[in-house]
Amino acid sequence: MELNNLYQSLNLILPEIVLSISLVVLVLADLIFHKDKRLIPYIAGIGIAITGAFVINQFNVSGFGFQSSTQTMRNYGLIAVDSFGVFFKLIVIASSILIVFFSSSSGEINKIKGRIGEYYALIYGMILGMFFMIIATDLILIYLSLELLSLSSYVLAGFTKLRDRNSEASLKYLLYGAVSSGIMLFGISIIYGITGSTNLYIINSLIQGPHINLFTLSFSVILILVGIGYKISSAPFHFWTPDVYEGAPITITAFLSVASKAAGFALLIRFVKTTFVSYIDAEGVWALINVFDWQSILIAISILTMTLGNFSALWQNNLKRMLAYSSIAHAGYILLGLVVFTNQGLLAILIYFVFYLLMNLGAFLVVMLIANKTNSEEIDDYDGLGYTSPLIGVSFAIFLISLTGLPPTAGFIGKLYLFIALVDAKMIVVAVIALLNSVVSLYYYVRVLKHMYLTKATDYTPQIIPSFGNKILLLILVIPILVFGIYFEPIINLAKNSLVILGL
Amino acid sequence: MMGFPILTFITFLPVLGMILILFLKKEQTNTIKYTTLIITALQVVLAIILLANYNYSAAGVYEEKSFQFIEKFRWIEISGISWLGTVKIDYFLGVDGLSMPMVLLTALISFIATISSWNINHSLKGYFALFLLLDTGMMGVFVALDFFLFYIFWELMLLPMYFLIGIWGGPRKEYAAIKFFIYTLFGSIFILLVMIGLYFSATETLADGTKVFTFNILQLMNSSNYTSDGLLSPLNPNNLRFIAYLALFVGFAIKIPMFPFHTWLPDAHVEAPTPISVILAGVLLKMGTYGILRISYPIFPDITRDLMWWIALFGMINIIYGAFVALAQKDFKKLIAYSSVSHMGYVLLGMASLTTAGVNGAIFQMFNHGTITAMLFLIVGVVYDRTHTRGIDDFGGLATQMPAYTGFVTVAFFAAIGLPGMSGFISEALVFVGAFGVESIRILTILSTLGILLGAGYMLWTLQRIFFGPLNGKWSSLKDLEFREYAMLIPLSIIIIFLGVYPSAMLDIMNTSVNSLVNFLHTNFTATTISGF
Repeated sequence: MELNNLYQSLNLILPEIVLSISLVVLVLADLIFHKDKRLIPYIAGIGIAITGAFVINQFNVSGFGFQSSTQTMRNYGLIAVDSFGVFFKLIVIASSILIVFFSSSSGEINKIKGRIGEYYALIYGMILGMFFMIIATDLILIYLSLELLSLSSYVLAGFTKLRDRNSEASLKYLLYGAVSSGIMLFGISIIYGITGSTNLYIINSLIQGPHINLFTLSFSVILILVGIGYKISSAPFHFWTPDVYEGAPITITAFLSVASKAAGFALLIRFVKTTFVSYIDAEGVWALINVFDWQSILIAISILTMTLGNFSALWQNNLKRMLAYSSIAHAGYILLGLVVFTNQGLLAILIYFVFYLLMNLGAFLVVMLIANKTNSEEIDDYDGLGYTSPLIGVSFAIFLISLTGLPPTAGFIGKLYLFIALVDAKMIVVAVIALLNSVVSLYYYVRVLKHMYLTKATDYTPQIIPSFGNKILLLILVIPILVFGIYFEPIINLAKNSLVILGL
Repeated sequence: MMGFPILTFITFLPVLGMILILFLKKEQTNTIKYTTLIITALQVVLAIILLANYNYSAAGVYEEKSFQFIEKFRWIEISGISWLGTVKIDYFLGVDGLSMPMVLLTALISFIATISSWNINHSLKGYFALFLLLDTGMMGVFVALDFFLFYIFWELMLLPMYFLIGIWGGPRKEYAAIKFFIYTLFGSIFILLVMIGLYFSATETLADGTKVFTFNILQLMNSSNYTSDGLLSPLNPNNLRFIAYLALFVGFAIKIPMFPFHTWLPDAHVEAPTPISVILAGVLLKMGTYGILRISYPIFPDITRDLMWWIALFGMINIIYGAFVALAQKDFKKLIAYSSVSHMGYVLLGMASLTTAGVNGAIFQMFNHGTITAMLFLIVGVVYDRTHTRGIDDFGGLATQMPAYTGFVTVAFFAAIGLPGMSGFISEALVFVGAFGVESIRILTILSTLGILLGAGYMLWTLQRIFFGPLNGKWSSLKDLEFREYAMLIPLSIIIIFLGVYPSAMLDIMNTSVNSLVNFLHTNFTATTISGF
């Protein structure tokens, strides 16, 4: 029985196993080819692609893994594999593959060719951490996976050591991360003290019982939220974001802003849903266990997050910093999908992440290509670029318009579904605030277009001609944004089939 | 004509042209210009074909089967699961008497604006590509009958307009462009919210009998389609229809632009290049009033009846405020911009009357204002091209130097004043006849007539300051009109005079639909029709 369970569990974490094997292969390859490291990116990319194939293969699999011997007959375990998790793993895989491509043409990363093996090994560490975050249903595993992700990203944030900013980013990230994970661990220990368990499913059934001290439980939940809030950079735990995003190599910034955020959201959603939802009615509305006023707190956090993000972005002259604030604002929008506590809201989050992946990575790719040439991310250096580099200019315009959420781009569909979820839950005022926020965001996104197009090109305006590979990469990101803006059926269907979170 | 998707062609032809242009080289300036000219000319031809096949006795408005040139097929269909109903969105185009005049106007003004764009002198490729994209957005708004599709077209225009003002505009173009963009986006978020609210309030019964939520504008006009607990359902005693109506109205009013949301207009007009001013005044402003007639009115007849006095009040404020501010202008283009504010007030006043004469007058005024103001902006463009100034006091005595030009100016000015024999007279008269007949807004109507007087004042005074009196010595070498300018001004003058003499040509197109709309507004969503089932 025990062995059988173990075998089944290993089957469930096949993607993680494959990823770990690829990591070993990568490290070995790095040792063997230590003179010529041209092959390393290919090996890294192939490893991620194979892992991706195993993830896709899991699409209709569901089950609990690593159930302890006394619990085998009951419905929970250390991990839960379900279509929700697979969906988020695919988001992580897709952004990882794109980041490998980004890295191979990034000027910054090419300057550290000698250490490229470690770079990819650390990225693998991040992916592994995210994968476990997405499937973990036990507080200890949640904590460990969060730390695995964080430790790898601390190093990567300062990896290039080209500028002082790199070290600053790394250190700030580490300090904030250490404090918030300490707080989170404290919260976990309190929960364990109250319930005697670290398993979310057991906690769920226990807190529905009568003998729980609600105040202590709420307190511990808030402490855990600090840790997760830090990962998704929601206010008021977002202060590290602009500095880290500005200082880190741009590939890592892009990766943090999409994949790490996706994993953080997956964790938050799974944590809230498995621990605090007692049942889901026929309309898809989640009934929360009466512990703690989730809705008001999360509404406050999401509105605060998007408003702070948008208003701070207005004053930024550094594109990376601006995109950092914009990604904070987007975290606020995405949180709106959770605060309604309905399946409709969850659907909106999944849809949003697909589009967010495309448009945000696209924006970072453009900033990277420009920085490769000009060595600058200042908005003044974008003057007239739209004329000298048409492909870059038009793609950037489409990414930014999509980030604003205007039709006919995919960003509009993502926002539309969020607002549909809000209106369906009759939260009109919140919807109005969020919509007004997107008007504010228009100003700073369009400000970039203003510099690129409304200022004439001069003789000093650099001409950026992307390599053939980068052109393909740009088109891979631009075309779906336009196509899904008009024909979004496939993405909705994908998201609709990915709503299963085991346990309820 | 059956089977040929003429509305799709007339809407997406410009996009086709845009793609063609993107494949041309930057240096092929003439090819780019002629491609655009041919595309917009084809659009005019298609519009004439539409008119030739138009059935004058079909009403449309709320009845799908009497819409004409219908194209309808399923665009998005997402099968439902337990808690999520089927999602379906239709690609649904069609015209009736409300939209037909606007389709004709859009085709005509786009063509004229293309000719007017001939002397755009830099970044031609980008200019004409954006221009054509804008054209598609405008045409799409007037033919879409699905709210979602309508919204996409509505928003599609923002970005091209931003660039067209921002890149090819005057000295303060950046400010004007972003102001336009933020203002209109601010308006459209309200439209979006109401759209989502309506979606969850009404269902459409499909052929197989299932009920699904709908964006179909015509289905939303049917009070029996509303669910009992929808946010915007009249059956729900706690419904938010009143607030939704105001939100939607603000969204459209910004585009009109209605006082106090008009402040973007003078900036946009003054900074925009001439052809874009022509498009802006000629077509874009009409989208606001068209949206009210097509969406706000028939979906919310109950609120419309309650608020008609307020709409008339804002109409009156627009008329008088716009006229007074125009009177004080020293910049020729700004004067025309404020006269636009004043003239769009007549449209609001006519609409507010909820009578056949008033609404007919309003739509006719929309068309006439489109042609007349387009002509006025072209006129400003002509003199600005030659002198690079627009200060009214910088001129004087141009009549002797440019007699042909002065002739056209006189036609346009008199039409704007509303002189009998010109199209503007008929529409303003109809508006006043309609509005005066309604007791509750009679006082407002009487006050609004002051606008005619003021209009005559600022127009004639301008005419005098620019064209009469002694010739300013600086301008003694100005050339009169050239061929391209004749090509723009003659067709517009002919239309203005023709419709002044024979207004039935346009009124007959809209009359059946307007009758049906007015009747619908007075008899639907009343206490009896709502509680009656």
